[in-house]
Amino acid sequence: MLTLRCPCCGVLADETELAPGGTAHLRREGPEASDEAFEAYMFLRDNPRGVHFERWRHAFGCGKWFHAARCTVTNEVFGTYPAQTAAPPEEVLEAIRRRRPEWER
Amino acid sequence: MSTRLGTGGSAIDRSRPVHFTFDGRRLAGLTGDTVASALLANGERVVGRSFKYHRPRGIVASGPEEPNALLGIGTGDRFEPNARATTTPLREGMALRSQNRWPSLAFDVGVVNAALSRFLPVGFYYKTFMWPRRFWESVYEPLIRQAAGLGRAPDAETRDPDRYEHFHLHVDVLVAGGGIAGLQSALAAGRAGAQVLLMEQSPHWGGRAQVDGVRIEGDPAAEWVARAVAELEAMPNVRLRLNATVVGAYDHGWMLAVEMPEPGPRERLWKIRARRTVMATGALERPLAFAGNDRPGVMLASAVRDNLMRYAVSPGDRTVLVTANDDGYRTAIALVEAGLSVPLVVDARPECNGPLPRRAREMGIRVAPGRAIAGVRWQRRITGVDVCLQAGEGSALEHVPCDAVAMAGGWSPAVHLWSHCGGRLRWDEATAAFRPDPQFPPTGADGQAAILPAGSADGHSRAVEVLASAHRAGVAGAAAAAHEGDAGQVVTAEEGAEAPALAVWRMPQSADHRLRAQTFLDFQNDVKLTDVELAAQEGYRSVEHAKRYTTLGMATDQGKLSNINGLAALSHTTGQAISAVGTTTFRPPYTPLTLATIAGQARGDLFQPVRRTPLHARHEALGAAWEPVGQWRRPYVYPKAGETVEDAVRREVLAVRSEVGILDATTLGKIIVKGPDAAQFLDMIYTGRPSTIAEGRCRYGLICNENGFLIDDGVVARLGPETWLCHTTTGGAERIHAHMEEWLQTEWWDWRVHVLNVTEQFGQIAVAGPLARNLLERLGGMDLSREALPFMHWTEGRLMDVPVRVFRISFSGELSFEIAAPAGRAGEIWDRLAQDATPYGTETMHVLRAEKGYIMIGDETDGTVIPQDLGLNWAIAKKKDDYIGKRGQMRLHMAGERWRLVGLLTPDGAVLPEGSLAVAQGTNANGQRRTQGRVTSAYWSPTLGRGIALGLVDRGPERMGETLSFLQPDGSEYRAEIVSPVFHDPEGERLNA
Amino acid sequence: MPEYPLEGRRFDGLVRLESAEPRGMIALRGTPEELSSALEESVGLAWPATGEAAWTGEVGALWMAPDELLLLVPQGQAQDLVERLGRSLADRHHLVADVSDMRTLLRMSGSGCRDVLAKVTPADVSPAGLSIGRVRRSRVGQVAAAIWLRDGETAEIACFRSVAHYVFDLLADAAHPEARVDYWTPQGADAQA
Repeated sequence: MLTLRCPCCGVLADETELAPGGTAHLRREGPEASDEAFEAYMFLRDNPRGVHFERWRHAFGCGKWFHAARCTVTNEVFGTYPAQTAAPPEEVLEAIRRRRPEWER
Repeated sequence: MSTRLGTGGSAIDRSRPVHFTFDGRRLAGLTGDTVASALLANGERVVGRSFKYHRPRGIVASGPEEPNALLGIGTGDRFEPNARATTTPLREGMALRSQNRWPSLAFDVGVVNAALSRFLPVGFYYKTFMWPRRFWESVYEPLIRQAAGLGRAPDAETRDPDRYEHFHLHVDVLVAGGGIAGLQSALAAGRAGAQVLLMEQSPHWGGRAQVDGVRIEGDPAAEWVARAVAELEAMPNVRLRLNATVVGAYDHGWMLAVEMPEPGPRERLWKIRARRTVMATGALERPLAFAGNDRPGVMLASAVRDNLMRYAVSPGDRTVLVTANDDGYRTAIALVEAGLSVPLVVDARPECNGPLPRRAREMGIRVAPGRAIAGVRWQRRITGVDVCLQAGEGSALEHVPCDAVAMAGGWSPAVHLWSHCGGRLRWDEATAAFRPDPQFPPTGADGQAAILPAGSADGHSRAVEVLASAHRAGVAGAAAAAHEGDAGQVVTAEEGAEAPALAVWRMPQSADHRLRAQTFLDFQNDVKLTDVELAAQEGYRSVEHAKRYTTLGMATDQGKLSNINGLAALSHTTGQAISAVGTTTFRPPYTPLTLATIAGQARGDLFQPVRRTPLHARHEALGAAWEPVGQWRRPYVYPKAGETVEDAVRREVLAVRSEVGILDATTLGKIIVKGPDAAQFLDMIYTGRPSTIAEGRCRYGLICNENGFLIDDGVVARLGPETWLCHTTTGGAERIHAHMEEWLQTEWWDWRVHVLNVTEQFGQIAVAGPLARNLLERLGGMDLSREALPFMHWTEGRLMDVPVRVFRISFSGELSFEIAAPAGRAGEIWDRLAQDATPYGTETMHVLRAEKGYIMIGDETDGTVIPQDLGLNWAIAKKKDDYIGKRGQMRLHMAGERWRLVGLLTPDGAVLPEGSLAVAQGTNANGQRRTQGRVTSAYWSPTLGRGIALGLVDRGPERMGETLSFLQPDGSEYRAEIVSPVFHDPEGERLNA
Repeated sequence: MPEYPLEGRRFDGLVRLESAEPRGMIALRGTPEELSSALEESVGLAWPATGEAAWTGEVGALWMAPDELLLLVPQGQAQDLVERLGRSLADRHHLVADVSDMRTLLRMSGSGCRDVLAKVTPADVSPAGLSIGRVRRSRVGQVAAAIWLRDGETAEIACFRSVAHYVFDLLADAAHPEARVDYWTPQGADAQA
């Protein structure tokens, strides 16, 4: 049972107040997409052992979506940040590198 | 005979007797007794029969590690099986029942299992009962269930009358364990300024130190404990709870604890978010592995001491102590000091000259070094032990008469919480124990150690080290929450010095097979030394495999006593070091949790929220039969006196078709979408073009997911230049609102759109039937004529002076209006309408829509259906560049040979069973009969006087007039012809009336 | 007259539980940059800080999300305020709606408020976690709710209308007189507030 700090309202939310949303930073593929690109967007996901960027919604709180950078092995949370971004912010990447020097995106 | 002594007992109140029964016999104990101490005080040493061999078993331990003394407690609705006697406080009038014996505790027919034990080796169940396979359910399982097992499950008809609840808490430092380590940790963390919760599983503070003669700050431990508790109670930032066991450690510092409050609910489950948890859970004494070690009257030395000091209960008159360490001598000394006899101390160590053995000798206790127990003589009670050389094979050197045996096999730190959430253990050769490995702690959200071990749980045995490590843990816990106040000084402690212990895993060292086959490792699951050896010989060398094959450590005590001895035996047999064998992973909970505790308040009426519409009470008064729709309760039908459900549905359907009916449509979702970019947004959400709906008009819309599959439908109304109101299905309100928010927040966050779920603001009433307009016009206030409000338009105004929106839409195929009023005022309108209209329920609504061939999300869709399958191509804007689901629908398998919506009619008018599959020729790759369609909705149509059905059939619309065969599970067959899905008023004349 | 789901319901146990007097409620969506001056003009309240409530008498502005407030006004005044806000925000991107009937307000009073709340919500209801003035949206049992304290011994809970009875029954069960916890009360609340 995780706790994540919602970056939109500041609440340290219990996992039961959150709804999970899978991998973050996917780029939508529309009608022009090739079969391969669409398949990758819809179905193909990495399952990393270690640093993972994922989407959560503060469903029982402010209702906002946010992203979390979390270690899938230890559940260490490197940071949370609002969902309105195509890539993790630099301070989160910095926190990850501090804790996981060997990590590469 | 175990008995109560005339004096002593720190926990009991001799002036307040407590009466109870054990297997129907009336007995008496004292206030402060546990069930176990009360039974022992009454001389009851046999308290149950073992799981497999039905051997008589007695009380072994004095805490949650007790494997044998599991009793049925209470009667009727309050009967609880498998309650641990050692941790259950004795209560007035308690009815105790021994378990797993038949017909009686003294004589048990299951003992035949013991006689056959050489034919019941480990893995016996797996080996024997597998064949023939069909015998398992009919023969083997019932037999085994009758003969084996623990307590009886409560009767299915009983209803637990007690209260259970949860309590959530966020705290800086949780201290698990209220011994001297826990108290010291709490003092240090509390003084530093942290918010602290200290929990102790027993009803007493101070743990073992008081029983073991420790002195702290120059005083007996009990005095220091009282001072510490007083200081903690005075701290506003510290809370103390007795009778509360921390049972589980989970991710991100989430800790579970079970409290048995007194008075209060039966059990309270604490859900604690602790920044840090100090694990001051102490240590558990290990049994020694010798032949006959499971006989009633053989107890842990610490349990003997606890019973003596706390409850003034002696386990017997003549107690032989068998030990491999100095600590065990404390029991011999305490027994003699209480005036009891200790004829012999059997010490496996060749030399035993530490201060405690010396003191024992000075008291006149005979000590036999380098000796072991070769057997326990038993004739309905222990009559003596045979003593042999520890170094030998077990030839008896002497026989020592006695009636009890205390065994001291060394201490295992209670590291369970450390292991629950990923902390690793290391084998410490010096203390012969698994200790928390500080290199690999369980970590929290910050990546730092979430659990801080303290005291004997961290492997310390000397009081001074215990207190110092506890102080450090308390300071560290507070510091993690940024509380760095003055934590005070580490306190000093003194106790008798101890010589090194010897790790003794079997007695004697080279015990022969006969002895090993009588040496029990896991008392509750009846696993013997020879069982582990046999498992290892058969190739179960991994500790995890051996555990599951032998069931060692898998009983309700989860191997608290047996784990280490078991893997030592595995180590010995496989020739690996214990550190290489490793240990199985301790899983939460530390002690069993009842299902009622987990459920908490969520029972009966509070099991699940029931959502009520504003008209709920009115439906209730009308005698509605309810249908759960998600968490909503909707009226299914309103049967009148003497009416069957079928009669009532028929009456309601015909009323709507011929006159007018009213339906509570409140549960339909209502979402306002507003903003400069709302038009563009809705054109992405819906397959059609809501952007082109004119103000004042409505249009049916479909919502797909990115995969192309239909997930919801409903009517969209344009409220203003940049405002729309989207209706969803009942189940779709929250889901579609979340869907919209997700796309707005995570994909098109620069689009200027707000959405608001206003579902519950309105009570909504559908008024349907040829007389609907007449009826509404009689209410007064609004012009609802055909000219003023044509089909698929909406308007707002006041009906009966209630502000409303009226939508001219239909889900029944009849002239129909939906009226949305503020939820608190919908009742006024309903009451007036109900005077002249027939209320109808969801079943009637379903029949009406099926007669018209209207689809229902969840019936005609199942997550793999696209709108094109349902003949809804007209609701898709094909020229639109993009919408959610468009790319998914462009995939190859979304066109061509798909199952599509059709109507189905049986030749005789019978109703097809819903879900029936239409069979095709041949079999599929799995050898199953191929199918070519299925029935998605089927009803008796009162309008047509026959059964009708909708279904999805392979290329269905191209196959009108064909007859399909629907095979039933019982072998019978229905035949049905493929027809148009619109059975009633295909021209829509009634709709547009 | 409008009907309210909990009309007349009251429970006395570890706390007193009752339906709060009906109030008008308004959902206001939009950013503070766009809307705060109109809010100040129309109701005399500044945009509340993140997770807080701003009050002037019985008029409150409750922070629900970075772009959403719930306005509480005396009963019967919601529609008028919705219209006024709509007019003054006509040229601003916003959404304002009268949602007076959508939620139900419960009032809990007595020194046991925090203890009773802690039984039903995973939110931190300690004096530090739920200070007076704070609005915490969370779970109550199995449903969504917003919780705030009016003073040290009065909590208000807003939940959706359809589950008002569930929330009332759940809280009443948690406030059963024989289910004392005495964690935050009595000495706890005084000492830590």
